[in-house]
Amino acid sequence: MSAAGVPRKRNHDFLIKGARPLGRESTDLLIRDGVIAEIGSGLSSAGAGIVDADGLVALPGLVDMHVHLREPGREDAETVETGSRAAALGGFTAVCAMPNTSPVADSAGVVEQVLHLGLQAGLVDVQPIGAVTVGQAGERLAELAAMADSAARVRVFSDDGYCVADPRLMRRALEYVKAFDGVIAQHAEEARLTAGAQMHEGDVAVRLGLPGWPSVAEETIIARDALLAEHVGSRLHVCHVSTAGGVEIIRQAKARGVRITAEATPHHLLLTDVRATGYDPVFKVSPPLRTDADLAALRAALAEGVIDIVATDHAPHTVEDKECEWAQARPGMLGLETALSIVLEVAFDALGWDGIAERMSRAPARIAGLSDHGHDLAVGAPAHLTLVDPTARWTVDSTSLASKSRNTPYAGMTLPGRVVATFLRGEPTVLDGKATR
Amino acid sequence: MIRHLLSAADLDVDRATLVLDTAAELANLASQEVKKLPTLRGRTVVNLFYEDSTRTRISFEAAAKRLSADVINFSARGSSVSKGESLKDTALTLQAMGADAVVIRHPASGAPHRLAEWIDGRVVNAGDGTHEHPTQALLDAYTMRERLGRIAGLRVAIVGDVLHSRVARSNVSLLATLGARVTLVAPPTLLPLGIERALGARLRTSFDLDAVLPESDVVMLLRVQRERMNEAFFPSAREYARCYGLDTARMRRLPQHAIVMHPGPMNRGMEIAPDVADSARSTVVDQVTNGVSVRMAVLYLLLGGSAK
Ligand SMILES: [Zn+2]
Repeated sequence: MSAAGVPRKRNHDFLIKGARPLGRESTDLLIRDGVIAEIGSGLSSAGAGIVDADGLVALPGLVDMHVHLREPGREDAETVETGSRAAALGGFTAVCAMPNTSPVADSAGVVEQVLHLGLQAGLVDVQPIGAVTVGQAGERLAELAAMADSAARVRVFSDDGYCVADPRLMRRALEYVKAFDGVIAQHAEEARLTAGAQMHEGDVAVRLGLPGWPSVAEETIIARDALLAEHVGSRLHVCHVSTAGGVEIIRQAKARGVRITAEATPHHLLLTDVRATGYDPVFKVSPPLRTDADLAALRAALAEGVIDIVATDHAPHTVEDKECEWAQARPGMLGLETALSIVLEVAFDALGWDGIAERMSRAPARIAGLSDHGHDLAVGAPAHLTLVDPTARWTVDSTSLASKSRNTPYAGMTLPGRVVATFLRGEPTVLDGKATR
Repeated sequence: MIRHLLSAADLDVDRATLVLDTAAELANLASQEVKKLPTLRGRTVVNLFYEDSTRTRISFEAAAKRLSADVINFSARGSSVSKGESLKDTALTLQAMGADAVVIRHPASGAPHRLAEWIDGRVVNAGDGTHEHPTQALLDAYTMRERLGRIAGLRVAIVGDVLHSRVARSNVSLLATLGARVTLVAPPTLLPLGIERALGARLRTSFDLDAVLPESDVVMLLRVQRERMNEAFFPSAREYARCYGLDTARMRRLPQHAIVMHPGPMNRGMEIAPDVADSARSTVVDQVTNGVSVRMAVLYLLLGGSAK
C-alpha cells in the first residue's frame, strides 16, 4: 500500500553495500519499488543510490506497539510528525499510537485523522490504537468494529493511561474484538490501590515520603485479565510489565496456553526507583520505575520470551509539566530515539541480533497485526529496514532529540549502537544518522 | 556548615550538635533581655508557605527578626501562587528579589529540593508533604536534651500516623544520628511496609503501645487526622484513641522521668488526652519556645553566622 491519498514521487532504487543482515555475513541489498529486489555480493544497479553500509548491521524495520504522539490535542508536547521523525531516527518503521489524545481516539473519525497525519508525515507507518471505552472513561464500549472497519483498520484497542477496571466490561471487550481478530492492550493498574501514588512502593518511597504504587496493583489486574482471557479464549496484551510478580503470572498463563502477550519498556529494563532521589520528575512514569529484582526478572523474561516485545511507551511532556514538583508532574518519558541503544545495552548478550529483531520487529508486528512489517530481509519482502552501527557510542543530549519534548531520563548517558539509516517501503527516512525530512 | 537544610540527614552528628549548641547560646542571650541580635542585618529571609501553618511561619518569622533579618512573608493565599504560578517561576522571582534564604512549607514532598536547584539562596525545609520537617526534629532533640540532659542512649517512642508524618521521618533520621533508640508505634496500616529496612537498622516498630511505654524515656505523639478513617486506616477515632491514644492511665506506665512530646497542633482526645497534654510531663509549651531558638540557630549557621 503506497501512502493512500498522498502522492509521492516514484521510489528511487537504492543499493546498500556491505550490510550484515542480523549481524551475519556482509552482503549487498538492492531495493527497488519498495521491496527488496536482490540480495547478494557484488550487486550493481545503474542509477541506484549507493548506501555504504560497511560494518553496519541490517535489521528489519523496528515496530513500536506503544507510543504517545499527543496529536490531536497536545501539539505543544509532540505532533505525529515530530514523533514520527523521532521514531525513524530510532530505527522504527511502524509505531502504534495510543488513543489518549484530545479528543480521545475512540471513533472511526479520530483514528482516521491520526492515520492521515501519519501518512502526511511519511516517516513511519502510524497505526492508530483505538480506545476500548468511550472517552477512555471506562463505562461504555467504544465502537470497536467501526474503528476496525475504518481506513485505519484498527486491531489493537487500549485505554492506556487508564486501566479497564470493570471486570465485566473487560470481559466483553476481550470477547467482542474476536470478531475481527483484535487484541485488548491493558494498562494493568488497580486504581483503588494507587490513589495518590507517586512512585514504586518500597524503601526509596519510604525515605522520600512519596505515596507508593504497589507492585500488587499491577499484578492483581494481570492475574484477573489472564483469567478472563482464558475464560473467553481471547487475546490479551499486557502493556509495560514492570514487576517480577507480573512476569510470573504471565509465565504461568502462557504455560496454560492462555493467549497472552506482554511488553516491557526500555526504562523498566534499565532504571530503578533510586532515580527518584532528588525528586526530578523526569524519572516519574506510570507504572513507576521498580527495583533491581524487578529489573532482573524483566531482563530474564525478555531473554526467555515470557516478555514478547520491547515497546517504548514514548510519552512526551512539555517543560512545564516536568519542571515542577514531583507530585504535580505528569508521568512519562521519551523513548523512541534511545530504545534500540538501551536494548543493546541490557539485552544484546542474551538476545543477539536475531533476538532483537524478534522482540523489536517481528513479534510486535505480529501482535499488532501489521502484516506489512516485521519481515526478515528477503527477496520480495517489503523494504522496511534499519542500518545500525554496532560499534558507535553516543551521549544522549536532550536538546538534540527530534521529539518536541525534552523529557528523556537518559540525558548525559553514553549508550551503544547508533541508527545510521532507516528505510520505509524502500524510501530512506534516515540517512547518515539524519532524518531525510 | 551545609548549604541548605532539606532533610535531617543533611546533618551529621557534629553539625547537628553545633545547631543545638548554637540554639542554646541564642536562647541564653534572649533570656538576658537581648531580644535582638544584629547578626543578619541587611539579609532577606523569605517565608514561602504553600500550606497554612501559622505556628511554623510565626516561629521562623520571630527567629529571623530576632537576628535582625528582613522578613518577607510570601504565602500561597492571595498571591500569584494561588493564580497558578509555578514553583519555578516563583523561585525566579525570589532570586530576582535577592532572597538570601527561603523557608519553604509545601504540600509536595521534595518541593524544597526542586527550589534549591533553581535559586542561589539558602533553602530551609519547613515541612514538605509527607517527607520531612527537619527543624521540628531539631527542636524536639533540643527539648529532649534540655529536659533529660542527653540524647545518646535515650529510648524514644514515636506514636501515631507514621505513614503520613514528616515529623516522624525527620525525627527517626536525626535521633539515629544523635544516638537515640527509636521505636515507632502505630496500627500496622499507618506504618510504611518495610520501614525498618528503609530507614535504618536500629529502628524498631511495635503495634503495642502499652508494652513500649515502660521502656521509654520519651513518648512523642503524632497528630492523627480523623479523616484517615475514611480511607480505612482505622475504623473510628474512638478505637484509635482506645488502642494508641495516651491517656492518664496509660501515662502511668511510663518511667518517672519520662517526658511526653507533641509537635502540635494536638487533637485532644484523639492521640492525647487533655489532662496528659497539660501535665507536668508534657513539653508541648517548651517545644514552641525552643522552636524559635533552633530556627535562629539554623538561619544563623546557614547564612554564615560563624562557620564558612
Ligand atoms: Zn500505560
